[in-house]
Amino acid sequence: MEQHKIIISIALAILVTNLIRLIPMACIKGPIRHRFVRSFLYYVPYVTLAVMTFPDMILTPPSLTTGIAALTAGIIAAWMRLGLLPVAAICCLVTWAMS
Amino acid sequence: MMRNPVIQGLRDGTPIAMGYFAVAFSLGIIAVKAGLTAPLGFMSSFFTRASAGEYGTYTLIAAGAAWGEIVAMCLVVNLRYMLMSAALSQKIKPGTAWGHRIMMALCITDEVFGISVAYPGYTPPAYTYAAALVSTLFWASGTAMGITAGSLLPETMVAALSMSLYGMFLAIIMPPARKDRNVLRALVASVALSGLAAVAPVTGEWSSGMRTVVLTVVISAAAAWLKPVKEESDGAA
Repeated sequence: MEQHKIIISIALAILVTNLIRLIPMACIKGPIRHRFVRSFLYYVPYVTLAVMTFPDMILTPPSLTTGIAALTAGIIAAWMRLGLLPVAAICCLVTWAMS
Repeated sequence: MMRNPVIQGLRDGTPIAMGYFAVAFSLGIIAVKAGLTAPLGFMSSFFTRASAGEYGTYTLIAAGAAWGEIVAMCLVVNLRYMLMSAALSQKIKPGTAWGHRIMMALCITDEVFGISVAYPGYTPPAYTYAAALVSTLFWASGTAMGITAGSLLPETMVAALSMSLYGMFLAIIMPPARKDRNVLRALVASVALSGLAAVAPVTGEWSSGMRTVVLTVVISAAAAWLKPVKEESDGAA
């Protein structure tokens, strides 16, 4: 693709992605009192990240066994509250060691 | 004890930044196929800050897709930011200036959002800015580095590096699950249904971004209906 078309494509991605971030914040004024809505928003981040992690994480390495091992190691490390970087490093190292 | 939110933000943002660098590096390798140069990749990552969204964009550019397709893909893959923006709006102290609310919304990425909502009580804007700044700089430089040097790394190493993103996700979701049994239940349901949806006849055909959006809405709504949050818990939605 030509350079100017690549730039327009990227500009569109930047515009759309940031509008998505902005719109809800601009529309919601003050605290939400509705109990269901508040509960829904409470669960959203955890559910989203869980859904994005599984099954994609075990499908990323060349073998399923490696993926399951990295996921298991990551869950244990995260459960032990080792922090972002150590958990990420453990997942990488398990994948690296097994491939 | 009160701590400086900028220092806290930098401290919590640094491990995110390290992880971002590794993930962005693998993203840069894909960006090469779309014809991006290192400076363009830096700018794109600096202003977009969306792992799955950028991955989708570069793949579409490489395939010579129409602009409409890029817009549609960005909408679906990044729809979770809409939900995160709504959730983050509840973590900002009432009366905070509009400029801050807008800037905080623009800072949203999965991880920066994750640590921002995990902040006890109302989240100070400076905390989110500091974390977003350090992580965005590494995200953008990682992309540029991947474009420049990615082809020099062995493939097994690139595959291992791309696992860091998921490791970070786990590090964000597991500690709250340990504290709140209902979050743990929601996570177990998410993993089970997400695995099922990936192999089921109809949902298996969807893109993973589409599945993410639908599963998030359905599971979060079910969790909110079955296990609503306590009435009196203030601010920390």
